[in-house]
Amino acid sequence: MSVDAATVRRVAHLARIALPEGDVAKMQAEINAMLGFVEQLNEVNVDGVEPMTSVMPMAMKKRADVVNDGEIAAQIVKNAPQSEDDYFMVPKVVE
Amino acid sequence: MNAHVRAADPKQRIKGATGDWEIVIGLEIHAQVTSQAKLFSGSSTAFGAEPNSHVSLVDAAMPGMLPVINEECVKQAVRTGLGLNARINNRSVFDRKNYFYPDLPQGYQISQYKSPIVGEGEIVVDVTPTESITVGIERLHLEQDAGKSLHDQHPTMSFVDLNRSGVALMEIVSRPDLRSADEAKAYVTKLRTILRYLGTCDGDMEKGNLRADVNVSVRKPGAPFGTRCEIKNVNSIRFIGQAVDVEARRQIGILEDGGTIDQETRLYDPGKGETRSMRSKEEAHDYRYFPDPDLLPLEFDDAFVATLKAALPELPDAKKARLVSQYGLSAYDAAVLVAEREQADFFEAVAKGRDGKAAANWVINELFGRLNKENKDVGASPMSADQLGGIVDLIGEGVISGSIAKQLFEIIWTEAEGGKALDPRAVVEARGMKQVTDTGAIEKVIDEVIAANPDKVEQAKAKPTMAGWFVGQVMKASGGKANPAAVNEILARKLGLG
Repeated sequence: MSVDAATVRRVAHLARIALPEGDVAKMQAEINAMLGFVEQLNEVNVDGVEPMTSVMPMAMKKRADVVNDGEIAAQIVKNAPQSEDDYFMVPKVVE
Repeated sequence: MNAHVRAADPKQRIKGATGDWEIVIGLEIHAQVTSQAKLFSGSSTAFGAEPNSHVSLVDAAMPGMLPVINEECVKQAVRTGLGLNARINNRSVFDRKNYFYPDLPQGYQISQYKSPIVGEGEIVVDVTPTESITVGIERLHLEQDAGKSLHDQHPTMSFVDLNRSGVALMEIVSRPDLRSADEAKAYVTKLRTILRYLGTCDGDMEKGNLRADVNVSVRKPGAPFGTRCEIKNVNSIRFIGQAVDVEARRQIGILEDGGTIDQETRLYDPGKGETRSMRSKEEAHDYRYFPDPDLLPLEFDDAFVATLKAALPELPDAKKARLVSQYGLSAYDAAVLVAEREQADFFEAVAKGRDGKAAANWVINELFGRLNKENKDVGASPMSADQLGGIVDLIGEGVISGSIAKQLFEIIWTEAEGGKALDPRAVVEARGMKQVTDTGAIEKVIDEVIAANPDKVEQAKAKPTMAGWFVGQVMKASGGKANPAAVNEILARKLGLG
């Protein structure tokens, strides 16, 4: 598997990463090198092997339905570049 | 794909310039799970809080925060799956659905993609009280709600409130089994009723706790499915019906002019009565799903499901069948009563130890009629089931006539609104509302009416239906208290109509 320049630009856009046009070729080469490395795994036959979801066999922890968090609006918006009345403010986005 | 597909009743087809068209509808319902805390955090789900107050560091997606699943939300999803007669998957997986939007701080929504918690099921939908269709459920999965953006607070900025961010939603996907706006509305109505019976979603559409994405396509009868458009976030049952009709007509118009339908996401504008393309997200539609590495698969055993199943309440279909068989109600009356669990409960309290049909008649026609007029639901009824039952008793025992009973209802209702709970029997005694069954007294009134109207007596002899006029006069003269059966009988004799 390998990616072309258009795919590199698209992935960057989907991840909202600014990628100068001059860097596309370099990034494409790096990604393809990585994909090539990972490609080696295809040599292993994994027919009938369940995907591993956890190193230790364990069940997912669950929480009780209890409200024990929140009510910290000032802290939540503290790092926001702009806020008002505990709302985050962002450049206008209207569908 | 076409195997499991209902054909539309020919009368549901839409006439076009090139012949009949059939509408094909599938619905994705987003139902907010009833729980105290959010799906993966301990902050509150309560509606209407100050901005960003019901938000934890997990909901705000601060670095290093990890989700821990709320067990009650899992139970609610399983209960709902059982209520939809669906397959419960003892193992399901949470995935990340990636997209960028300011009200989604994680940059992805935790959802379930390939392995949902609930698989295929079906529900019976009552299109009319006596006509029903079976609608397939494709799946139900758990996912997080996003936050809320406000665009009208500032000229150049949007305001973001994350109170809803992370609240648990159930996405319930139907098969494309619906064939008209009425069927779509009936489906949502029934689904909402089931969710409310189960207590897994309050179904409050005004608060956005139940919203629908409506998939609409059209085809010539028997043809393969057409290209569909998805109308996003329709938030009332009435608008769902309107959106289906408007969108179907738009598509038929394009196809009959030789055009093609673009598969896209649209919005319904109730003010203008049209659907509009939402453009934008087209490219971003690449969600790049992958299993969320922060969460292990969700697993439970059969005993977990069995315990929940054993505790399920009686559901609307079973309740309807029982009301018909136990109380002898018509399918129509039973359907009206079971639409809300509280209504059926109120009816059963009135019907206990009484005639079921009479009880249903008074509950539906008088009480619900009155509640509707005053925009109240049955929980807010000033009149209790005991009081209404008391009125039904008095009619049954022949103590009062039907028309007096309506006056009595009025008195009890008005006093109850003023905070005074009166006993119907005591009111009848105190106000002298008892039916007159003393034939002597009734005869006296009839004699008076006959004596005062000799011309009408002649008419009645020629035309026996005139007797009705006499009955009216006698009832009026007795203040509605004369026993109607006795009046009829004596009148017939006196007028020589026997």
